[in-house]
Amino acid sequence: MTRIDKRKPEETRPMSAEAGVIKRADGSAVFRIGETIAYATVYGPRDLYPRFLQDPSKGILRVSYNMMPFSGSGDRVRPGGNRRSKEISMVTKKALEPVIDLGDFPNAVVDVFIELPQTDAGTRCAGICAASMALADAGIIMKDMVTAVSVGRVGKDVVVDLSYAEEDYDCPEGVADIPIAVLPRTGELTLLQCDGRLKREDLKKAIELSKDAVAKINDIQKKALKEKFKGESQ
Amino acid sequence: MIKSLSKGIRQDGRKLEDFREVSVEYGASKSAEGSARVKIGDTEVIAGVKMEMGEPFPDTPDKGALMVGAEFLPMASPEFELGPPGIDAIEIARVADRGIRESGAIDLSKLCIKEGEKCWMVVIDVCTINDAGNLQDTTALAALAAIKDTKLPKLEDDGKVNYKEKTDQGLPINCLPIAVTVVKIGDSFMVDPIIKESEFLDARLTVTTLDDGTICAMQKGGVSPLTVDDIDKMVGIAAEKASMLRKSLG
Amino acid sequence: MGKLVSKDKEIVVPGEELAQGMDYLPGQGTFRDKEAIVASRLGLLSVDGRALKIIPLTGRYLPKKDDTIIAQVTDVTMNGWRLDTNSAYSAMIGLKDATSEFIPRGADLTQYFSFGDYVVAKIINVTSQKLIDLSMKGPGLMKLHGGRVIKVNTHKVPRIIGKQGSMVSLIKNATGCKMIIGQNGLAWIDGEPENELIVVEAIRKIEKESHISGLTDRIKEFLEKKTGNKVQPAGEQNDQNR
Repeated sequence: MTRIDKRKPEETRPMSAEAGVIKRADGSAVFRIGETIAYATVYGPRDLYPRFLQDPSKGILRVSYNMMPFSGSGDRVRPGGNRRSKEISMVTKKALEPVIDLGDFPNAVVDVFIELPQTDAGTRCAGICAASMALADAGIIMKDMVTAVSVGRVGKDVVVDLSYAEEDYDCPEGVADIPIAVLPRTGELTLLQCDGRLKREDLKKAIELSKDAVAKINDIQKKALKEKFKGESQ
Repeated sequence: MIKSLSKGIRQDGRKLEDFREVSVEYGASKSAEGSARVKIGDTEVIAGVKMEMGEPFPDTPDKGALMVGAEFLPMASPEFELGPPGIDAIEIARVADRGIRESGAIDLSKLCIKEGEKCWMVVIDVCTINDAGNLQDTTALAALAAIKDTKLPKLEDDGKVNYKEKTDQGLPINCLPIAVTVVKIGDSFMVDPIIKESEFLDARLTVTTLDDGTICAMQKGGVSPLTVDDIDKMVGIAAEKASMLRKSLG
Repeated sequence: MGKLVSKDKEIVVPGEELAQGMDYLPGQGTFRDKEAIVASRLGLLSVDGRALKIIPLTGRYLPKKDDTIIAQVTDVTMNGWRLDTNSAYSAMIGLKDATSEFIPRGADLTQYFSFGDYVVAKIINVTSQKLIDLSMKGPGLMKLHGGRVIKVNTHKVPRIIGKQGSMVSLIKNATGCKMIIGQNGLAWIDGEPENELIVVEAIRKIEKESHISGLTDRIKEFLEKKTGNKVQPAGEQNDQNR
């Protein structure tokens, strides 16, 4: 089998990341995979109003995912969000929430803003990778990073990190796209969605195939964070 | 701050008429038909142009359309919130829009495909990445840079836009209008205000000029009135600083 | 026998394994998961014998009892003032705790502290729900006039102040500026405009190089170069809030 861009089944597109790219924020990062670029910033823990949103037992996490108006592959994306961006914001929050501990911050909020200036598939996963880096950069207590990538089936083949051309691939077997978020240390999943038809054994195969990519992405996340602070270790 | 300004020293050590470092990087978003990342000091924005097919406005049936929007993304500052653009973002977008429109920087008549029916619409969105002051000048410069960077997408025979294929045809550009905001605090005039200076300003004047010094848009803000002498002085400073910003466009 | 997986004074990130084995003990910023000790925040790993902890490098200020902070007035209420503490929580200061002056009933409280004013105050209590009580009764607690307030990394405040206030004294002697550093990551500087800028630059240098040894000497050298004067070695002056 060959993929449209000649990658191996388990191979991601080229990736890079940087931490601390937005000075106003308490934490920030950018994560790039292929032509997809995701920024994430963290503000907080900070005051939360209106009051009814507050949780007296711990701080809450809010996530907003947004595509910049010119970042789509076709028409302009109207600013102000839509059903898709609202759902992605919600699943991103659920993907991050299990690792973070805001017990020291009752009634407060940590805001995560994910912004995409340029996209080519895999945006929610790139957003989660950037967001977990930004949370770490902001000094939030978290038991692990969160690493996300899409896996799936293109035609008969199980592959990692589908590009837009692959998501769009026209073949009788069709395409299944499965974005997942993984806690790299334990291998547990915190995000799992699926678009398309999929056999049970292919799901297992796809998640198994992602292991190498998850380790690589986690490595890129860690290196970028360490790079930002390298002047501070002796 | 006043004490310091009377000695000509600003909060960050600059002189009154110094800009922070300006950088322009073209092609910041491959998804857009044209884009640029502009940094002035720690202030950073990305502007992108989307070319859409639409109907000309009834009062200009033989012209293409132009729209500039500014998004104060909440990622860029703890002060920015989710939701529709506030009045500050609207003002900045409209001042940038007026500079480009009124100067005739883009020859919109060349963007009409069929009179009264079909034309190109140039939609420029400027998104803030980090706000460290002077979003007005940064936004206007980025909008202009994105226009310069734009290549029209292919127009198929059936009249649909094929965004996957860019042509090598750029936008018809006549001139480069540059916005410079001059701020008055006490008796001092300065350019490129950081946030703290904007909080304390008595008055501001954004002047958009062309390379021969012709004014094509202005906007006064702040609570204090300005004398005619003040205004003349501010226009002079703006025109002088505009040439420096124009050079940064390459 | 356990073994250390990460090195002492190394930058570690959340989820990173620091050590294996039960003979290592998890301290602040770490947790145990079966045999492993794992980092739960980004920071500098500190190994003290068998005890492991993370020294944080980032993160917002968490209010603590007895901290002296710089706070800004955001509201004036019936019986006191609300202040921004540069943390996730605002604080209240009542009339009695704010000043020893007698304030008559119905007085205009903005005469004492108005919106936007900065004050130096001490945290006298923090509840479990992070309600903060402040007091301004005590030496060095006062309203700030003039100068400028800058944000500094709250985790670097001990380094900026120095041992017994030695670093602050060094900078004050060299520049003639008045300085107060709040534990909450706000610093007040008041002096000649040129000198205020030198102080800001010195603070930024301390923040960046705080974990590299010989900091005091480097800052002394920096100040001498910037001011063109010989700088007195930091003396026994230990009252940083003057």
